[in-house]
Amino acid sequence: MQQTEFLDVVLPFKDKMFRLAKRLLVSREEAEDATQEILMKLWSKNKIMANYNNVEAYAMTMTKNFCLDRLKSKQAGNLKLVHSNYQDENVSLQSEIEVSDSLSWVEKIMEELPEQQKMVLQLRDVEQYEFDEIAKLLDMKPTAIRVALSRARKTVREKLVQKHNYGIG
Amino acid sequence: MELDRIEKLLEKYLEATTTVAEEEIVRDYFANEDIPGHLKSYAPMFHYFSAAKEERFTKQMLPKPKRQRGYLAWASIAAAAVLVFGIYFGTVYYNQQEQKKAEFAYQETKKALSLLAANFERGTEKVAYLKEFEATKEKIYNKN
Repeated sequence: MQQTEFLDVVLPFKDKMFRLAKRLLVSREEAEDATQEILMKLWSKNKIMANYNNVEAYAMTMTKNFCLDRLKSKQAGNLKLVHSNYQDENVSLQSEIEVSDSLSWVEKIMEELPEQQKMVLQLRDVEQYEFDEIAKLLDMKPTAIRVALSRARKTVREKLVQKHNYGIG
Repeated sequence: MELDRIEKLLEKYLEATTTVAEEEIVRDYFANEDIPGHLKSYAPMFHYFSAAKEERFTKQMLPKPKRQRGYLAWASIAAAAVLVFGIYFGTVYYNQQEQKKAEFAYQETKKALSLLAANFERGTEKVAYLKEFEATKEKIYNKN
């Protein structure tokens, strides 16, 4: 496969990969680096890629695995502390500026969700994947996905209602 | 759009039993129509999902084609080879020139020395007359 051909194949879902990476890694720069790295890996496998009938699903699974690995290795090292400290400051500063911006509240609520719920919510409500596609991507049973999705949606809704009622302050 | 239908869909939505198409209906509803107060708290959720889908990956997908890098590598190898050969043959040529120069200097010195030798020869010829003088002197002495 030529490089231009490869880019044509990848183009329709590279944004989806990036958005999933950003959902998991939170920081934009890290998500960009991760996406680039995954694209490089895909490109290095481009000879095998012709055999995959669903490159998108394969790429999304790679993205998920790559980001989870990265999160795990960060948790193991000291980097996590530094990073989360930095992130916290950033969020509190941001929240002071954007108290009224309820959209960024949803983003922050989603950040607090467990990773699996984050991914399910991202894939379903942002990217509108079908359940069986998500099942393939995340290697989960459809019923488990339904449960995780329902929990995630309810949590987001509850927290939004709380914010709404208390007027955020 | 009837309100109770949306409410039912929202209920199904929270239980995660809606289809993608039904969720599309709900998203459209919150994007376009006036939303009654008790449903307003849902709005940011659906607005956010739509907004989040707009995010784009703007960085370059792959670094510069590898072929160019390979070409550069080959060019540098070729340049290095040319340099090495150049230095090698350059020194060989230089040594040859040195040799020639040395030979020329040797020939010149030889010429100069032979010239000198020839002149000396002439000198000794003249000195030979002095011997004659000595011999004559001897003869005269012996007679006396």
